Amino acid sequence: MAMDVESKVKMTWTGAATLVDPKVSMKRGALYIAENRLLNMMKWWKSIIAFGLGNPTLYLLSIGIGVGSLVDSSLGPNAIDGVSYLTFLAPALLATAGIQGAMDEVTWPTLQGFNWDKTFFSMNATAITGKQIVNGILLAAMARAVLQVFLYGLCLMAFGAVTWATLPILVLVSSTAGLGFAAIMLGFAGTIKEDDGVFALVGRFIVTPMFMFSGTFYPITSMPLYLQWIGWISPQWHATNLGRAMSYGMPIESWLLILHWAVMALMTLFGMLWAHRVFEARLAK
Amino acid sequence: MIRLERLNIRLFQRRKTLILAKDSKAPETMIIAKGLTKVYGDFKAVDGIDFTVTRGESFGLLGPNGAGKSTTMKMIAATSQRSGGDLLILGKDPNDQGPEIRAHLGVVPQQDNLDRELKVWENLMIYGRYFGLSRKWLKVKIEELLDFAQLADKRNSKTEELSGGMKRRLTIARGLVNEPEILMLDEPTTGLDPQARHILWDRLFRLKEQGVTLVITTHYMDEAEQLCDRIMVMDKGKIMAEGSPAELIKNYSSKEVLEVRFGSDNNAQVAKELEGIGERLEILPDRILVYAEDGEQCLEQIIKKGLHPVTSLVRRSSLEDVFLRLTGRTLVD
Repeated sequence: MAMDVESKVKMTWTGAATLVDPKVSMKRGALYIAENRLLNMMKWWKSIIAFGLGNPTLYLLSIGIGVGSLVDSSLGPNAIDGVSYLTFLAPALLATAGIQGAMDEVTWPTLQGFNWDKTFFSMNATAITGKQIVNGILLAAMARAVLQVFLYGLCLMAFGAVTWATLPILVLVSSTAGLGFAAIMLGFAGTIKEDDGVFALVGRFIVTPMFMFSGTFYPITSMPLYLQWIGWISPQWHATNLGRAMSYGMPIESWLLILHWAVMALMTLFGMLWAHRVFEARLAK
Repeated sequence: MIRLERLNIRLFQRRKTLILAKDSKAPETMIIAKGLTKVYGDFKAVDGIDFTVTRGESFGLLGPNGAGKSTTMKMIAATSQRSGGDLLILGKDPNDQGPEIRAHLGVVPQQDNLDRELKVWENLMIYGRYFGLSRKWLKVKIEELLDFAQLADKRNSKTEELSGGMKRRLTIARGLVNEPEILMLDEPTTGLDPQARHILWDRLFRLKEQGVTLVITTHYMDEAEQLCDRIMVMDKGKIMAEGSPAELIKNYSSKEVLEVRFGSDNNAQVAKELEGIGERLEILPDRILVYAEDGEQCLEQIIKKGLHPVTSLVRRSSLEDVFLRLTGRTLVD
């Protein structure tokens, strides 16, 4: 070991004053954070792909095909919106995939960044700001949502529920829903000081009800009015309705079409501003 | 004649360029703090301190846990906003130009906040990217840093597989990726075994030789003595004293210290009989410290009085003694 201590080390040294232009990080900081997150994601690529393909396959076999054949045989093959039950179901399932994928990318990494490994503090020790960390994480979450929705879309295509023509718009709509929900969850995750299983509660009492009561399995109007509000405030319903309208042409009022986009955009904006505030305050302590 | 004139003009222009280059260098004073204060609710973590750090200096903040060292570091690192006073780092105010300042700093926090999912070299690469450095340049720099941190053979290991000392060295290497103007180290060797500490000190000493400005917090006096040109002793958010290790010892302690033990129950009683021996006495629960120019002579005086200590030791004064004198407490409680 003594040899090691005395080993010669050559280090070239230009100096940060010449080497580092702060403007570069100030401009591209969010991209660098997204780069980190994507690198982290790549460590889990096998799980992400396996989950992305395996989960929808099993789900479609049981609910989509099982329940689908029951509905189609009882009500006729084109009973809902003039399409098969699986085609009707597809936009809702894709919205769920987008929300779930994006949520995974904002919850655990935020606990890791603030509480477990404190990596957000190491990022903030460079020219990177709290706002850039938020934006970078959301960029990566959007990328994850796109991938997750795309994989789900491929499974749905194998079952004949979507086509290459309808997949791009469904990916866009579902990932936007994911982004809106993830932005709000990012603001919330930033406030958590101790991990006491709060995300399990979020999954059980927010994500699951959102999935059940957002017109996923039947039109939202089939539910009593006192339950419909869950759908109105849920990105799941807005993305599902949009997806149905834009993929197989479900009839929809044009104002409602605009409202669906507007709600998802507002959720993203509100979530981002909240997360910016929470992150900046927590990093500056 | 004309040729000579041209040569003179060329030499003059060259000299002018050199002068300009020298003038355009960053200011020699790297950090200026005046009345620097940080308040958390009712608690004043840092209470109006003044100090400066100049280029190439190795500046230490010495004090026990809770003295305000880490809070001061966070403010210098341009991450924590000050509650009051003035602070200029590299000639800029961190309240207005935080990212610009941080781009030229290297920070080694108390806790190794490495990315545990990533490999050793990936940690350096991604951190370099935060400074906007190109992958091509970083590839070469990473090899240098891995050699410097003695981690070349661990390049492809995940950080969670590294020992405590290795993680610490990687965190220091990471802090050097942008070739910082100031490297800030918060308790660099806390929790490491003696061998790992010595390796780290060696690496830090090399940086100091290279002219990198170091700001170090520690509660180890030997570390402060080894690494720092100048030390600011802190306690309860305030500066107790400032100077080089030798100056502090000269001003606040004697040349030698005699440590005598008469048994925990007897020390306080015996101390009364030692009055007048040496320059000053310090009575601790487990021993009595006699501060004097000549420790051996004091021991002889004690024995002549018919007192026989269970153990005795004569040593040189250290920063620990300075701290004890200033605060009445030891550094590590």
